[in-house]
Amino acid sequence: MADLFKGYKGNALELLKKYKIRVWSDAVVSTTRGEFAGIVLPRAENDDDLHIVLKMVTGYNVGILVDTITNMKEEGYKEANYKIPEKEFPYSAEKPNVKLFGTGGTIASRLDYRTGAVIPAFSPGELYGAVPELADICNMTTEKLFAVFSENMGPQEYITLAKCIGKEIENGIDGIVVGHGTDTMHHTAAALSFMVQDSPVPIVMVGSQRSSDRPSSDAALNLIHATKAAAESDIAEVMVCMFGPTSDEYGLLHSGCRVRKMHSSYRSTFRTIGDTPIATINKDSITHIKDNFKHRRKDRDVKILPYFEEKVAIVYYYPNMQPDIIDSLIENGYKGIVIAGTGLGHVNKEIYPAIERATAKGIAIYMTVQTLWGYVHMFVYDTGRDLMAMGIIPADNMLPEVAYIKLGWALGQADDLDKVKEIMLTPISDEITEREPYNGYLVFQGGIPEMEAYLKRIHK
Amino acid sequence: MSDIFDVVNNFHETKKEIGYVDFKSATEKDYKKIGFKCGLEVHQQLKTEKKLFCRCPASTYQKIDEYDAEVIRHMRPTLSELGEYDGTALMEFRTRKNITYRLKNETTCTYEIDDTPPFKINLDALKIAIQISLLVKQSVVGELHIIRKQYLDGSIPAGFQRTGIIGIEGEIPLKNKTIRLIQISIEEDSAREISDIGHERVYRTDRLGMPLIETVTYPEMLTPQEAAEACQYLRFMARSTGNVYTGIGAARQDVNVSCEGGTRVEIKGVAHIKWIPLLTHNECYRQVALLKIRERLLKKIKPSEWNMNVVELDYNKLTSSTHFVLKAKEENKKLIAVNLPNFKGILSHFTQPGKMFSNEIADRLKVIACLEHPNMLSSEMPRPEFFFADGDYIKKALDASDDDAQIIFWTDEYDRQIATETIEERCQMAFEGVPNETRKGLPDGTTIFERVLPGADRMYPDTDTAPICIPEKLIEDIRQTLPHDVCDEMKTLTEWGVPESAWTYILKNNLMMMIRRINYETDVNYKFIAKLFAYDLNHLEGQLKPSGEFTFSKVLGMFRFIKEENLHPEISRLMLVELYQQPNMRFESILEQLDFKRRDKEKLKSYIPLLSEKFDQINTSKEADAKFHWVMGQIRNKAIGNIALTDLAKIVKESI
Repeated sequence: MADLFKGYKGNALELLKKYKIRVWSDAVVSTTRGEFAGIVLPRAENDDDLHIVLKMVTGYNVGILVDTITNMKEEGYKEANYKIPEKEFPYSAEKPNVKLFGTGGTIASRLDYRTGAVIPAFSPGELYGAVPELADICNMTTEKLFAVFSENMGPQEYITLAKCIGKEIENGIDGIVVGHGTDTMHHTAAALSFMVQDSPVPIVMVGSQRSSDRPSSDAALNLIHATKAAAESDIAEVMVCMFGPTSDEYGLLHSGCRVRKMHSSYRSTFRTIGDTPIATINKDSITHIKDNFKHRRKDRDVKILPYFEEKVAIVYYYPNMQPDIIDSLIENGYKGIVIAGTGLGHVNKEIYPAIERATAKGIAIYMTVQTLWGYVHMFVYDTGRDLMAMGIIPADNMLPEVAYIKLGWALGQADDLDKVKEIMLTPISDEITEREPYNGYLVFQGGIPEMEAYLKRIHK
Repeated sequence: MSDIFDVVNNFHETKKEIGYVDFKSATEKDYKKIGFKCGLEVHQQLKTEKKLFCRCPASTYQKIDEYDAEVIRHMRPTLSELGEYDGTALMEFRTRKNITYRLKNETTCTYEIDDTPPFKINLDALKIAIQISLLVKQSVVGELHIIRKQYLDGSIPAGFQRTGIIGIEGEIPLKNKTIRLIQISIEEDSAREISDIGHERVYRTDRLGMPLIETVTYPEMLTPQEAAEACQYLRFMARSTGNVYTGIGAARQDVNVSCEGGTRVEIKGVAHIKWIPLLTHNECYRQVALLKIRERLLKKIKPSEWNMNVVELDYNKLTSSTHFVLKAKEENKKLIAVNLPNFKGILSHFTQPGKMFSNEIADRLKVIACLEHPNMLSSEMPRPEFFFADGDYIKKALDASDDDAQIIFWTDEYDRQIATETIEERCQMAFEGVPNETRKGLPDGTTIFERVLPGADRMYPDTDTAPICIPEKLIEDIRQTLPHDVCDEMKTLTEWGVPESAWTYILKNNLMMMIRRINYETDVNYKFIAKLFAYDLNHLEGQLKPSGEFTFSKVLGMFRFIKEENLHPEISRLMLVELYQQPNMRFESILEQLDFKRRDKEKLKSYIPLLSEKFDQINTSKEADAKFHWVMGQIRNKAIGNIALTDLAKIVKESI
């Protein structure tokens, strides 16, 4: 019964029941403010119980205050069928084969009445219906592994994803695309970089900053770019492929361990930190920026290393941090801590005792920097030296999130802290680089005349 | 050589055949005969400090070449809430435009270019919208739901406009009838187009996101004049709140027109109300013409049997040297010929003054296939030189018969397919009658194709905003602030005895409160004040340029001064001329400038005997009143401000 009144509760539900009006009824509602006619829409769960929502014939939605309603009458019934038109994805023997794994996110999405927000939708047919250009690039198959927002991705999902990718590679796929929500895409990219090693084919993560239900969405172009990178590029690494500028112009291929989401809403949110991206990509070409990447191979010798220790945490240091923060991690049985320290990698003296207690308990503690750019340099000041003496290990220029993922992965396969340290400090996929090029740090400052002149010339 | 069809004659004959009546001589009866019907969508910017969904300043504008950065976007169609694609969206997608936005830091933030979700709705704007909704007696919604209305032409970088219904139904009174309203919505204004050439369209984003309301009427205006009258009313009504922007572009209207048997066609963005009558007149007759074309075609052939033939012409086989063709060859374009079976006499069929059916095709080629004008030649052009010379080759290549018509266009490979499809599509539509379109009004009163008319399928709930409750308390509070109804104001003007010709100026400038105030403070009668504004000031505005800022409150100041100095208000007409030119001049100085001197009745009377004598010496007129008028004329300027001219007349009459 409840299903007849999708999402309505309390007063609104009572009223619908009283006048025998269900969701999707074409109804006429008399109120003290006048008469309204339209289709009764479902109500989002978190909205109040004081209004009933109608879609009017003009396509507009309006909410009607329950208190003002004097009568309701059902005159018809029309249930919406929201479906992206499905068309069979064409096959061509000459084209490379690409597998698209879906994890959720807004790369393809539709309206969800439960929350009033968008939820993911996904199948090769739907994708072809929405982005027919994909068929010019490859033969595509899809597999929906999870349907979660990116904040709900975690170790179990990383492991499943890595195994599935391994299987596809063994079966001869030419490239992998992973559709992913953008919020934690760089965490998953790092996890895959460690769990899937020596891949002979590109593994490209992609998402969108504007959901695909809006005409100006970046979803289609990102997906086209990512698919092209997976199908055609010579770069056999785990990468993130997202907009370069906010304009619909080109995408960037970022190394999975050096990339980070840097703006809550911009399309050009992903940036390579401390280095340059590997390449730029548009509909017609892939242009390499770096040349020291791993090349595509014919063999299928991929290594899948699906390990993860979940008892690892990041501690973002702030002035006046109290030792109980660290102590609570110790008490809760954590095995690894990544600290995002200030400046070159510092924390205050007050937490020294807690750090000593942690290292004494055999917890692996690694230091990264909250400045994001630059290396940890713990020899420069006494604080750094003290901390190292207590057992904190500097993680060079590993990004805090990457260090977190790597520590989880390392502790998942080794208990011995020396072994863990060896894993942590041996670069696998540019998570630690030997040098930081000068163009690896570019945060432009607006307002400066030469910068403004440059901004006017390029497309943002 | 083929026979040449008399195109000009056909144009005039078909114009006669459909019964086209010239705008100036058209009567209500003519409009009734063709079933003229018109509805309005009036857009009015609300006077708020900031934009609707972000905190950028409203009403700050940038020049065309003034920008700090550019962003490029492409648009793709998406599904509506009920799972349908919108026709316009699909057409806009086919046109494949590169859309460039020119941003100025001062007027644009990350919201306008859709790089940030919306902030909370501007409450000031919401209140003004509710106020106007209440003024036209609407049913105000309980909860405002923001909807995304798709626009793929690029006028909004997001590809959709955020809009929501404030109220539905309601009505406005015209002189002789009442027009019902469908709805009022609150929405964001769009970006301003800078240029649109080929595949490149450029916009600036200063106006983008400014709050406006759209008032939609039922199609109940049955003559072009009624349409203008309704529009005028809506404008006055909005201005009467004092809460809307005025000036160029602050109010714009879309006008929906149809004839009997026709289709709703929307003329978009009509900038001036005075353009509405001619535009709607011509559009209605265009529809009549299209229905006639349909009838003629159906007599000849079934649409399902109609097939267009297309070939690429060989430049080497052409003998003529038309400029367009030479240019196309130089630019390495392909020359495509199309045969339209049974279209002889259709391409040159009258549609609008100075326009024929082939314009309908050419305009679509420009918009949909991005082929810039002039983009085609046809066998039915007023001077078809090309077809004189190469008609035989073209017809042979197309396997055309005598009852057919031909089109030649030039294109690069990229646009070829869409151009061909566009021609075919428009010709197929000729069998159906009047296509669903939005059209752009031109100053000459004709219209051109702008895009396919969008429907309800382009609406989609805005998933970035929660519904906004409009409680009873808010409505009651706003009700207390309502200005006088425009309809009531018109009644009041009648009661004051203000002539109708003065109403527009007064209502347009929202002067009712000012007139009441001047009357309240100075006792000068309403009619006099109203006429001073509507005639004297209106005239001065057209003739002179003030040296400083002239505001209506200067007029109030002037009347106060006149009262304090115990002058007669009639002097205000002379003072206004000076005041308007020198708004910052002291009133005393204005009097000096006018050479005003205080003279009482006796003093004025004392001039009369001498003047009377002088008149007798110079008089040549036999008119009985000649002496009176002459003396009045001589003494008038001395009297103004001192005594009423009616009193002066009495004195003069008694004394001569």
